[in-house]
Amino acid sequence: MGLNLDFSVVLERWPLFWDGAVMTLKLAALAIVFGAIIGTFCAVGRNSGNRLIARACTLYVEAIRNTPLLVQIFLVYFGLASIGFKFSAFSVAATALAINVGAYTAEIMRAGFESIPTGQIEAAEGLALSRFQIYWHVILLPATEKVYPALTSQFVLLMLASSVTSQISAEELTAVANYIQSDTYRAFETYILVAIAYVVLSLVLRAGFWALGFALFPRRRRLGTAL
Amino acid sequence: MTKDSPVVSLKEVHKSFGALKVLDGVDFSVGRGDVLVLIGRSGSGKSTALRCIDRFETIDSGEIHVCGHRVDAPDIDLRALRQDVGIVFQSYNLFPHLTIEQNITLAPVSVKRMAKAEARERAAAVLAQVGLAEKLDAYPEQLSGGQQQRAAIARSLAMQPKVMLFDEVTSALDPELTGEVLKVIEALAADGMTMVMVTHEMGFARGIADKVVFMHAGKVHETGTASILAAPATPELAQFVGTGF
Repeated sequence: MGLNLDFSVVLERWPLFWDGAVMTLKLAALAIVFGAIIGTFCAVGRNSGNRLIARACTLYVEAIRNTPLLVQIFLVYFGLASIGFKFSAFSVAATALAINVGAYTAEIMRAGFESIPTGQIEAAEGLALSRFQIYWHVILLPATEKVYPALTSQFVLLMLASSVTSQISAEELTAVANYIQSDTYRAFETYILVAIAYVVLSLVLRAGFWALGFALFPRRRRLGTAL
Repeated sequence: MTKDSPVVSLKEVHKSFGALKVLDGVDFSVGRGDVLVLIGRSGSGKSTALRCIDRFETIDSGEIHVCGHRVDAPDIDLRALRQDVGIVFQSYNLFPHLTIEQNITLAPVSVKRMAKAEARERAAAVLAQVGLAEKLDAYPEQLSGGQQQRAAIARSLAMQPKVMLFDEVTSALDPELTGEVLKVIEALAADGMTMVMVTHEMGFARGIADKVVFMHAGKVHETGTASILAAPATPELAQFVGTGF
């Protein structure tokens, strides 16, 4: 019983792989952007003095962190359909992923906010900055800087987890792979290539985050401190 | 506020943290251009009294008036108060992600809506005032402790406060760095800045204070000119001055 690998029939379908990879990146990008916004607002909400908002944010974070991503995707997919909304699988996938990563982002950002010494906030208050100005100028950037590695790891994980959306036929990389292996009967070869493609996508994302960090944190750039 | 009324005045101020009474009927006032030095043992309430002036602590009873603001009023406009009062802390609290210039221009631009070019000019001026003109583009972590504290003073000065509060600003510094910070404060006093400072530097207090307030167990135990440090009227102050702190 020898291993007989033949990549040729699979590689012939490279445009499909390419489209799938592009779709995965689009899904991840949308989910990351909206997830980061949701998560940041939620972290602020949890730190706010308003108990109702803080509790609502906590409920959201805990609900998402304690349920499987696939179940969340189905809830959004079938939930929206059952109340009469019909969206494409891509839109549903992007929405579910954003909601998911938003909760994890909220936890990470909360840790970042808590790492800012109270003295910094008092100094800002002493300079008559408003609460919004303090968040914007004194808390947000240093907090993000402190949790940036954790945040970007979470975002890369999210990109990898987007493969689960193949279950609702979002035409991303894994869904494409499922289709190709059923078409070519070369399952092992197909998934070897898909695995390599995910590694490349991860490296691309990490490089992107490294460059973004370079732009976002000029102090690190100037002082040569690693992220 | 009339021309001769005090810039800062505390009347019968009481403050407790839970069961612990920290301020027990504190009275003092500071006239325009005067330097009031608060001294006392750790836990005597001096830092709390200072923080109450800028409403970093709320009081249980009494009155605090600062630059025409009724600080103990529940509906006080805190941002208006804090535009008139500059405060410098023991731990500098410069914003680490901003350059020294950005640290200084942040509040004038954000709070006073000053044009950026004007704010940069002011930053250069206040930095020159504290002897750090060449550190405009540096980040806080590139500065020594003394330089960071001088930059923190410059940051407060850029808001052109009517009164400056200093909360043990040299306690984290070695004697050499302490000296450079105290020189800056001396220069400010010579320029007529109204100041309230908590310090353990007795020699400095002797040289700069128009008024010394010795706090003990939450009360103003002894008050007078700097001469009370040389000739204390109470055994508590005598002991305090004798031990250094």
